[in-house]
Amino acid sequence: MKAEWVANTFTSSFWSWWIIFFTVAGIFFCFWLIWWTGKGGAPKGETAETMGHVWDENLEELNNPLPRWWLNMFYITLAFGIIYLILYPGLGSWAGVLGWTDTKQYEEEMKAAEAKYGPIFAQYAQKDLKELAKDPEALKIGRRLFLNYCAICHGSDARGAPGFPNLTDNDWLYGGKPETIEKSILDGRQGTMPPMGAAVGGEEGAEQVAHYVRSLSGLKHDAAKAEAGKAKFAVCAGCHGPDGKGNQTIGAPNLTDKTWLYGSSVATIKKTIMQGRHGKMPAHRQFLGEDKVHLLAAYVYSLSHQSGAN
Amino acid sequence: MAAGHEKVETNSALMIVLILIVVSIGGLVEIVPLFFMPSVTKAVEGLKPYDALAVVGRDIYVREGCYVCHSQMIRPFRAETERYGHYSVAGEFVYDHPFQWGSKRTGPDLARVGGRYSDDWHRVHLINPRDVVPESVMPGYPWLAENSVEDWPVQANMKALRVAGVPYTDEEIEKAPEMLEGKTEMDALIHYLQGLGTAIKVTR
Repeated sequence: MKAEWVANTFTSSFWSWWIIFFTVAGIFFCFWLIWWTGKGGAPKGETAETMGHVWDENLEELNNPLPRWWLNMFYITLAFGIIYLILYPGLGSWAGVLGWTDTKQYEEEMKAAEAKYGPIFAQYAQKDLKELAKDPEALKIGRRLFLNYCAICHGSDARGAPGFPNLTDNDWLYGGKPETIEKSILDGRQGTMPPMGAAVGGEEGAEQVAHYVRSLSGLKHDAAKAEAGKAKFAVCAGCHGPDGKGNQTIGAPNLTDKTWLYGSSVATIKKTIMQGRHGKMPAHRQFLGEDKVHLLAAYVYSLSHQSGAN
Repeated sequence: MAAGHEKVETNSALMIVLILIVVSIGGLVEIVPLFFMPSVTKAVEGLKPYDALAVVGRDIYVREGCYVCHSQMIRPFRAETERYGHYSVAGEFVYDHPFQWGSKRTGPDLARVGGRYSDDWHRVHLINPRDVVPESVMPGYPWLAENSVEDWPVQANMKALRVAGVPYTDEEIEKAPEMLEGKTEMDALIHYLQGLGTAIKVTR
């Protein structure tokens, strides 16, 4: 992680001195003000002069200075301020004796975390995904990562939502080998179904193809429309295959099974054909790094291989 | 102390003047020098002004009060950068008038939400968040998908932003309405969100 910029640098040193002048002058002013409000008052044993205000017959306002203990608290805050301004940045471009910056503190925090967690991730990174998918400790980490970074689309139970694949059913658009899953997370996937309305002959053609596609997976359909749709399915076969079983190398779904990413109603399938679909899985190589994705891939793989078989 | 404070306490005009002097020193020391600090006033490398559709999207973001629950400010703590990406820097916000840093997170920070989720996800999520995140407490914004932005006074907005220092060219302002043709408020808002925080490339 790196961003270049120069902090605490002004266009001219005037502004640094400007801040220093007002800050130091302000501190001196506060000292004088406390000293000034603290002096005076009546000598010991005598009553201070009255300000001439009387309430409730005998409640008088006397001209006494603030209590000594209270004034001392103000002096303490001033001393604190001076010590702070020497130790930390604050006086213009003065960096402070401690050399503290928020960026430095952040980088130290990251370094400490790397020293603590780095070896754990490195150790898992060496292991085979199928092996990791049986390691309860690795899966615990994977699950936490999943909830943080993946659950927003795929759900905290990983069962997905319309348009966002279910990861627990062992039915895969791009293939379910653990390495393929890892690649999907690292580099993302761009699923594109183009609008096919014109190619299948408009609304009517789309309806016929929708019925044919439903017939492939044994859903209720109109036989005549499905028959007409079968001929028009030729333009779909390029991606989904002549038998409609799909093609995992390009992420074309199998149309003969029970899994419907966007829904299996005639209306939904028609909409898919007419308008196309753009299923996008964002890439996570840069954002998460390979070590975390390795654990995530193991976790996702384990979801559909609970028994540890395969 | 010969009741010196009495002069101030009984002369309200003098007191007003003295209060103004004392109060203004804070601003003179803490705010004015920032205008002469390049790390605050200069855009980070790669930052571009919002295009016309993003300007509209940003207006909608403000109109719907997204800033009430979402911040746009990643602080330099590991707990934040692990979740959201590189911490925010001042130079990323020079074209924001006003900035949308926010002060409260009921929902997650959005400073780097650009590219994190697909357009489709945003569409579903904005219409009814619970369709994709069942635990969400965010309200739905279904009307965004119905309202067109073709009549949005985007040119006036961009001219005002130019006065505030955003370097729009005459040509960009001239062509602004073309970019809004056929777009809904949903399109504009998603376009704005997908650009957020993408100027700094987050690498590990």
